[in-house]
Amino acid sequence: MRFTSTFPFQGLMPPVRRQASLSAPGPLRSRPYGHLGHLRNQGGVPSAAPAPHSPHRSVPAAGPLSPRQSCGVPQLPQTKLRCPPAAPAHPHPRPHSHLPARCRAPQPFPARRPGTCQQRGLLLGGGSPNRSPIGGARARPSRRARPRSLPGPDMAAAGGARGCTSFQRRPGAGPRPPAVPGTRPSVRHGQLLLSSGLPSLDCVLGGGVAVGTLLLLEEDKYGLYSNLLFKYFLAEGVVCGHDLFIASAREHPDNILKELPAPLLDDTHQKELGDEAAAVKSEDFHDSMKIAWRYQNLPKMEASPTTYTKFGHYYDISKKMSPELCQSIKWHSFYLHEELSSEPKMKTCNMNNGYARLLQSIQRIISQEGFDGSDPQKKQRNVLRIGIQSLGSILWGDDICCSDTPEDTHSLTKFLYVLRGLLRKSLSACIITVPAHLIQNKAIMERVTNLSDVVVGLESFIGSERETNPLYKDYHGLVHVHQFPRLNSLICDVSDTKDLAFRLKRKLFTIERLHLPPDLSDTVSRASKQDLAGSAKLLSSGCGAMAIGKKHLDF
Amino acid sequence: ILAAAKERGQLVFLEGLKSCLDLLFGEEEHVPPHISLFDFVRVSLTPADGDSWKGPVLLVDDLSVLLSLGAAPVAVLDFIHYCRVSVCCQLKGNVVVLVHSNEDSEDEENELVVNSLCHHSDLILWAEGLATGFCKDVHGQVRLSLRQAAEQDLVQIYQYKIQDRNVTFFARGLSAAVL
Repeated sequence: MRFTSTFPFQGLMPPVRRQASLSAPGPLRSRPYGHLGHLRNQGGVPSAAPAPHSPHRSVPAAGPLSPRQSCGVPQLPQTKLRCPPAAPAHPHPRPHSHLPARCRAPQPFPARRPGTCQQRGLLLGGGSPNRSPIGGARARPSRRARPRSLPGPDMAAAGGARGCTSFQRRPGAGPRPPAVPGTRPSVRHGQLLLSSGLPSLDCVLGGGVAVGTLLLLEEDKYGLYSNLLFKYFLAEGVVCGHDLFIASAREHPDNILKELPAPLLDDTHQKELGDEAAAVKSEDFHDSMKIAWRYQNLPKMEASPTTYTKFGHYYDISKKMSPELCQSIKWHSFYLHEELSSEPKMKTCNMNNGYARLLQSIQRIISQEGFDGSDPQKKQRNVLRIGIQSLGSILWGDDICCSDTPEDTHSLTKFLYVLRGLLRKSLSACIITVPAHLIQNKAIMERVTNLSDVVVGLESFIGSERETNPLYKDYHGLVHVHQFPRLNSLICDVSDTKDLAFRLKRKLFTIERLHLPPDLSDTVSRASKQDLAGSAKLLSSGCGAMAIGKKHLDF
Repeated sequence: ILAAAKERGQLVFLEGLKSCLDLLFGEEEHVPPHISLFDFVRVSLTPADGDSWKGPVLLVDDLSVLLSLGAAPVAVLDFIHYCRVSVCCQLKGNVVVLVHSNEDSEDEENELVVNSLCHHSDLILWAEGLATGFCKDVHGQVRLSLRQAAEQDLVQIYQYKIQDRNVTFFARGLSAAVL
């Protein structure tokens, strides 16, 4: 964040003002979750309660990682007040390169975080009592009110409240990398979060996908965009070094792995952004706002990737991931047709054969590789990302997608229940795409929704009349969030905007708040005139028009 | 507090997610689910000699999940009936059951269970969102229906707002944001 830049050496103080101007627009504007901060403060006791997790929600961060460990280890980058003397090896030297990369970026998660994580400071690394709250300094990003004679490192732009404290450098308490790479703890419920591969989706999900939870994607009509999100999730796993488990009945997991998008590194992304911006500018020049020009700079739920952060990366879908990168991680595959032909019949416990085998396979991998904490020798824990493509489709041997009265309505729900049990017990997270639009029996979809943790539905405009609707011309589809988990807490981090849309730019996929352009044409009055004419006709036709006539009573 | 209660034996927690894994990946025999579940409940709630707690409470978190797992609606209702007989009548305790429902739900089995439970319950708490849509100050409303013997149900409606660890209830239209 802009106010938490830290310096390895006291002498090196880059001009703070220039730093502040690089940052995102002021705190009052770019805060999609600002109101939730308000809610939280009302709620009262900022307790350190997340540590004793209630038994109901025994998400694995409380399991293999003891509460004590989860206190100490996953530290948010902002709370680090000291950086290693050797600046982290950043491959791309940039201006201000003496500043550690992650401290400078406007990070893709909402600005309220530092304030609240200080409230819960006990959990997240135990801030020393000498530290003043970072939140207090948030409103004054460019103040340099710290006397230079203070010992220890100062925090740029956090000087306001800290001018008088005698901050002491904690010896030997350098920033510790999180125990599991590619994760960070959530401020609300203290669970470990993984990035979903799409930073704007992470924003929607309140920071990311929690370890031990299940993310269900309802596929769009042709499966294009859901496949893209599926690949993003797996690609993020590769980049973070997580293990992967890919299951599919449609294409071989080897092919899926080969087709993962390549990650965008900083420089290249700056260039891409620049190109895109130039292209967009030339197209939409007339769209730039004249009156509300201040709002033009509002982030549209998308953070610009100015650095190679450890959480959340951007991918270029026009390029494939390099094979070396793919080979650098350990991955397991489950291709249904191979599995069915190879192994002999096994007991299915009243579940679809394919699902039962998949469960057996997942359970075997989890216990063998020690994701459930069964191997205490293992020092470096890792996360398993499970991706299951098109579950419930006919290729899995389940006929819920093609029949109104399927043979076995409970297979999919049983599978999801057991899968969630497995996920809760281990350091893993799972993404499943389901062709929900094909499932005839809506009761099944309701049960599936209740059994999953996060359910996100994609509705693309391809082939629908909305494709040509000028209101939606900037977007390719809508995003609906149907379900949200409440882990260790009574409320969830869902964002206030219920209208989300996605668009696929040349190389990037983003999820944004749906903005309908103002209707400046005279179609508005025309439509209402049509309405009036229509209802007038009905009125004159006599009885039965009472209910319909209501419409034009509202003017 | 809950952890201490659990250790004392005052709180018995059956976690379905974990138990089903043992069942599935273990080597046990397949038993009809609702019978063995009821046995577990009965055994846990029957007071042992040294216990001095009165008024056992059975909390069932999510009966709808039992339906998703393949239990027939009649079996689920039987289970609740057994529980009621043993906990309410014999042990003089209470049973609290959670079900999910939707107004326009197409899940007939679920609606059957919900309707049947409503008929047999003494107190119904129905939590739903506001009819007017999403609001960040009032998250929803809860309708309490107290069933009385000969008269009509006593219905009270409160609105609520959920915070991190707490829920505040207030009368309709009197949320803290408005006052």
